[in-house]
Amino acid sequence: MKETMQNQSGGLKRFDLQVIGSWIKPGSRVLDLGCGEGDLLLYLKQNKNVTGTGIENRESKVALCIAKGLSVLQGDINAEVLDYQEGAFDYVILSQTLQQVYYPERLLKSLLAIGRKVIVSFPNFSHWSIRMQVLLTGMAPKNEQLPYEWYNTPNIRIITLKDFRKFTRDQGCTVLKEVAINTNHHDTQGHIVSFLQDWRATYGIFLIGKGDKK
Amino acid sequence: MSEYIEHDKDGVSVGLVEKRYFTFAEPPDAMILESNASLGPITIAYETLGTLNEDRSNVILILHALSGDSHVAGYYSEDDQKPGWWEIMVGPGKGIDTDKYFVICSNIIGSCIGSTGPASINPSTGNPYGFDFPVVTIGDMVRAQKALLDHLGIEQILSVVGGSIGGMQVLEWAVRYPDMVVSAIPLATTTRHSALAIAFNEVARQAIMADPNWNKGKYYGSEKPNLGLALARMVGHVTYLSDEAMRRKFGRRLQNKNDFSFNFDADFQVESYLRYQGQKFVDRFDANSFLYITKASDYFDLRRQHGNDSETEAFAKAKARFLVISFTSDWLYPTYQSKAMVKAMKKNNLDVSFCEIEAEWGHDAFLLHNERLSALIKGFLDRNLVELRKK
Repeated sequence: MKETMQNQSGGLKRFDLQVIGSWIKPGSRVLDLGCGEGDLLLYLKQNKNVTGTGIENRESKVALCIAKGLSVLQGDINAEVLDYQEGAFDYVILSQTLQQVYYPERLLKSLLAIGRKVIVSFPNFSHWSIRMQVLLTGMAPKNEQLPYEWYNTPNIRIITLKDFRKFTRDQGCTVLKEVAINTNHHDTQGHIVSFLQDWRATYGIFLIGKGDKK
Repeated sequence: MSEYIEHDKDGVSVGLVEKRYFTFAEPPDAMILESNASLGPITIAYETLGTLNEDRSNVILILHALSGDSHVAGYYSEDDQKPGWWEIMVGPGKGIDTDKYFVICSNIIGSCIGSTGPASINPSTGNPYGFDFPVVTIGDMVRAQKALLDHLGIEQILSVVGGSIGGMQVLEWAVRYPDMVVSAIPLATTTRHSALAIAFNEVARQAIMADPNWNKGKYYGSEKPNLGLALARMVGHVTYLSDEAMRRKFGRRLQNKNDFSFNFDADFQVESYLRYQGQKFVDRFDANSFLYITKASDYFDLRRQHGNDSETEAFAKAKARFLVISFTSDWLYPTYQSKAMVKAMKKNNLDVSFCEIEAEWGHDAFLLHNERLSALIKGFLDRNLVELRKK
């Protein structure tokens, strides 16, 4: 069940964003947390006619986004998400940021309040190469996706695919869709992993809804 | 706002512009002000730049701050020494591109640079109004601008743009005439003055009113309260800069001397600068106008006027897409005040962008050349034009 997504990405460089982009329904309202230079928002605006807003804390990136014609707010995501009306967005996207969040429980709760659905992507710390590094070197793992030392990494949360599934169960929300992806070292190309996900995926991407499926 | 009027460094300019006048509210149809006083006739000085397109979708209304005027950019004549006050932002290919947009800038009522204010002749006495001029508010200024736009046949404004007191007018426009305003750019501004801002204004006003020449506002035709006005301007200049800006600009450097004079001459460069700014100001500004406009800015309170004291409710009527910009070193209207309005806009589901630009020059940063600010404004305006035309 391999999906290839290289050609429909329309300018999206990061493979995980290509997957996320493919999940968004045309015309929806989207909030992108930690939107960087606005690549995903611009893609969604041009290709899916979404009404998008981004939140980003670095001034230079915010300025770039606004100059591109995007609606972006400078601020801290944990505080900024509190100001929106309930259900203000169809999708709230938290891509590759969860591992840097101090209070993931609190944040997820806020996101599910303001968004009908939440998309979360994060680096999978149970990838075989990370496991092997810990096992063989006895030191905190480092690689291209996580190039930091333990003492200067912004990635304060170590999450695996299994951990995240358990987290969603504990929080009482529903996983509507999940994929595990394996990307090359620039994260620009990749494929969806269906066999031995916990070991082989570099990232997990989850579409989450409120816990009313049961 | 300070004056930073300078030629464009690349020599790009919109070129020659002309100041025009529009008079309305002729008695008995005088304008009833927020204070319930009536004012009429009212003249507004205004300038336009660029060309109005056929579907009238490219109008940008620029609103000036305390000491500004309708002369936003360009030159009055070939040998004019100085361009308009926002020459760096407004012109061909600039942040506000006069090749694309039709720019209107009018002088506010209460001012002294072409529009009706305390120095104008009171038709019922034949003498200048002086302190008989009614107190005007930001809302009154905006209603007068609306009359001008009606006169020009403009029904929709692509963007209202302004900083400081101009930013207050931007907010007032967006809330008072939501169906006319497609987008709005409030720069370095607030929905209401803090006690600190009111305090500085009050010190400045007292400086004028304590000048014996002020004579309860009746000084036209005799000695003007120049000392008071200069002092008021000096206070203003302190609030327009920042600790960092002053450290960089002046530090503790002495002015043309190597040691203290041990008297009360201007020893420090900062003293000399403030004295110079004060003296320069009295040549071009009317002390009573300073009193009226600062009072209007102190009275401005979007929450009280439009929101039953709630910032969120104040923006309930607004429909515009907003770009809110603050500056890191602005201590007159600090970022928290911009964030409060952004929060209220978000709560109303308004489309808002916000950027706190890193700038060391304090409140005045919005008037200074800044590539980032120009790029932001340009991108935002272009987007609004494209999306308006799609409709």
